[in-house]
Amino acid sequence: MPTDVEEWKDEIYGTDIRDHIERFAEDGWESIPDDEKDAWFERFKWYGLYHQRAGQESYFMMRIGPPSGVLEPGQFRRIVEIADEYARGPVSNPEFGNGWLDVTTRQAIQLHWIRIEDVPDIFEALEDVGLSTVQACGDSWRNIVGCPVAGKDKHEHVDAQGLADDLHDTFKKNEAHSNLPRKWKVSVTGCDEGCGQGDINDLAFEPAEKEVDGETVTGYNVRVGGGLARNEPRFAKNIDVFVTPEQAVEVAGGISALFRDHGDRENRYKARIKFLVDEWGAEKLRNVLQEEYIDFELETAGEDLRHSYSYNAGDADGKHDHVGVHEQTDGNNYIGLNVLVGRLGIDDGYEIADAAEEHASGEVRLTQRQNIILTDVPDDEVDALLDNPVFDEYSPDPHPFQRGSIACTGSEFCSLSIVETKNRQVRFSRWLVDNVSLPEGVEDFHIHLSGCTASCAQPQIADVSLRGMKTRKDGEPVEALDIGLGGGLGENPQFASWVADRVPADEVPGAIENLLGNFDDARRDGESFREFVAARDDEELADLVEPEETSYEDPFLHNTKRTWYPYAEEDGFDDSPAPARADGTPIPSDD
Amino acid sequence: MTIALRTLDDGAWISVNDSREVGVSDIWTLPAREFCGCETPHVMLEGFSGVDLRGVDTHVIADAVGMCIDCGTRDGIESLPVGRIVEGEFKRYEPESVQSPSVAAVSGR
Ligand code: HEM
Ligand code: SF4
Ligand SMILES: [Zn+2]
Repeated sequence: MPTDVEEWKDEIYGTDIRDHIERFAEDGWESIPDDEKDAWFERFKWYGLYHQRAGQESYFMMRIGPPSGVLEPGQFRRIVEIADEYARGPVSNPEFGNGWLDVTTRQAIQLHWIRIEDVPDIFEALEDVGLSTVQACGDSWRNIVGCPVAGKDKHEHVDAQGLADDLHDTFKKNEAHSNLPRKWKVSVTGCDEGCGQGDINDLAFEPAEKEVDGETVTGYNVRVGGGLARNEPRFAKNIDVFVTPEQAVEVAGGISALFRDHGDRENRYKARIKFLVDEWGAEKLRNVLQEEYIDFELETAGEDLRHSYSYNAGDADGKHDHVGVHEQTDGNNYIGLNVLVGRLGIDDGYEIADAAEEHASGEVRLTQRQNIILTDVPDDEVDALLDNPVFDEYSPDPHPFQRGSIACTGSEFCSLSIVETKNRQVRFSRWLVDNVSLPEGVEDFHIHLSGCTASCAQPQIADVSLRGMKTRKDGEPVEALDIGLGGGLGENPQFASWVADRVPADEVPGAIENLLGNFDDARRDGESFREFVAARDDEELADLVEPEETSYEDPFLHNTKRTWYPYAEEDGFDDSPAPARADGTPIPSDD
Repeated sequence: MTIALRTLDDGAWISVNDSREVGVSDIWTLPAREFCGCETPHVMLEGFSGVDLRGVDTHVIADAVGMCIDCGTRDGIESLPVGRIVEGEFKRYEPESVQSPSVAAVSGR
């Protein structure tokens, strides 16, 4: 039997949704019929609108996805302006105040507390500068991720931005690919550092070379079926196909159509293409692709550059992220800035936009490590730009514990969440910076915190992986984290091993402190953390994680999901101001 | 009157008549079940995989995945009563309150 979601999508999906959004906006939240809410909220996702969790009815998260995270001059400022005007909540957040934007792990920006009544104005403001929320959520081509410094970086082998843009232009608002069985995440990498993170996407293009008709051609190898969600992480599999940049769009369309036609529409939990790859294997997938979807003879895979991948790759030579000042191919510089847990305040956003326009091209790029990059900074402007006090916080040279921190949305807004995430990760990193010294030579140390197994913060590819859980402590249920170790990408990517279960959240900083101490004591000379983990079995590793209370205090140990907003003074569901009218006044319920 | 029942957002919650009624992350007390070795399993629900109506009392029953917060056993749970329909209205059971064994014993589909 088709799921309700499939039936709703059959009725109305894709660009047809827009008129209805406009209609509901015009007539207000209350005009959405009570018995159609589930269907509309499912459809709204296609336009990047996601209804916030229980207790926050009538408020939406909005996602804006620029391909490869590239925001052209003026676009970043426009998003800050939109956040300023429309993304203010009923109460503020103790770490972040009221009004911010979130840089995500797929190079998008998320705004919260958006009201349906404001959406048409927001769409207009976005479109005015060439931005859009189309397909940012929902069952279709999501934001295409890739090298955020494409076109600027010395490590580039093939023009990834060109392909990412072509894919974006071809498959956004493309009726034949609008309604897929599930989300469809695509990555394009053009550099030899692997910063597109193709391995964890449904479809990945990775730089490669191939001898074709006696000539060496530069293009991409294709991998399919990566993804992290639901305790079923997979790395994308090599399907033994090489494409030229010219062929890449057609092959991408073929694989997307194959997924459209053969993906599981009966069971949303088995719908991602990773499960089809499980079932078929890479070889059958390639055969079906060739026979049913592609008109020319596919080349077999070429020579890839994976041996030099350094992005989020443990100890490899090369850049592990984009933070810092780096020379561009044209002699200018790009400056990668740390945005702790991806959250950037509105006032800071204006400061950064001003600085980028004054000292550089005004372009701002988003990375998959929830950071931002200012590009095209001439040598003699670097110091002047960084002189701005805003870059003390959004630093090009952050402490490794802050540089390595990623956190998902969590119980602040997300229905699936089990625990609070962003505020907690900020507090973790602050405590670690103050109390723990990194072992000698360790300059990169990645800690990723996800509020549940959906893994939006990509916890399985971190040195220390944290995932929301619950446990009992002193007789009471408390928010807890599973701890995993040794994950990362690179030539041979590795998912973390989950070695310590359900550690009360307030004991996690102590666990990390003890783990690092034990690592320092037991490591061989110069052994990296990832090597150290790889050389040990889970039992041995579990003994090295010694959870312990410390001076760290956790204000979110209680069940933050049983609140309408975890940080409100009056946080019970009965105190919620939602649902609210456009002006914020609560709408009384009928019963 | 027909009752619209479904799970949404990847099993994050159960919708009853287009209203979000039961969510993940609560801890349910499951005395009559052999969920794990614990005398009284306290199981945190991580996701719902299905929802249905059962019997003359019109219990709303859910299939879910959960984990015992005391011993860490993770498993599927079939036909967990999460509430009932009374005169067309959904009445949610409190997760902490003990589930009626007679209903809890009816399992498997
Ligand atoms: C309201 C609920 C949710 C929120 C707020 C949320 C938030 C996010 C964010 C911020 C990202 C990175 C951004 C991007 O795509 O641009 C992300 C990615 C991701 N989301 Fe969610 N998400 C939600 C629901 C889900 C659900 C239901 C799943 C179910 C499986 C899921 C699975 C993932 C995964 C696996 C990633 C990233 C890892 C990858 O690249 O594969 N999320 N999500
Ligand atoms: S990982 Fe889970 S808690 Fe975090 S944003 Fe994704 S769905 Fe929500
Ligand atoms: Zn148990």
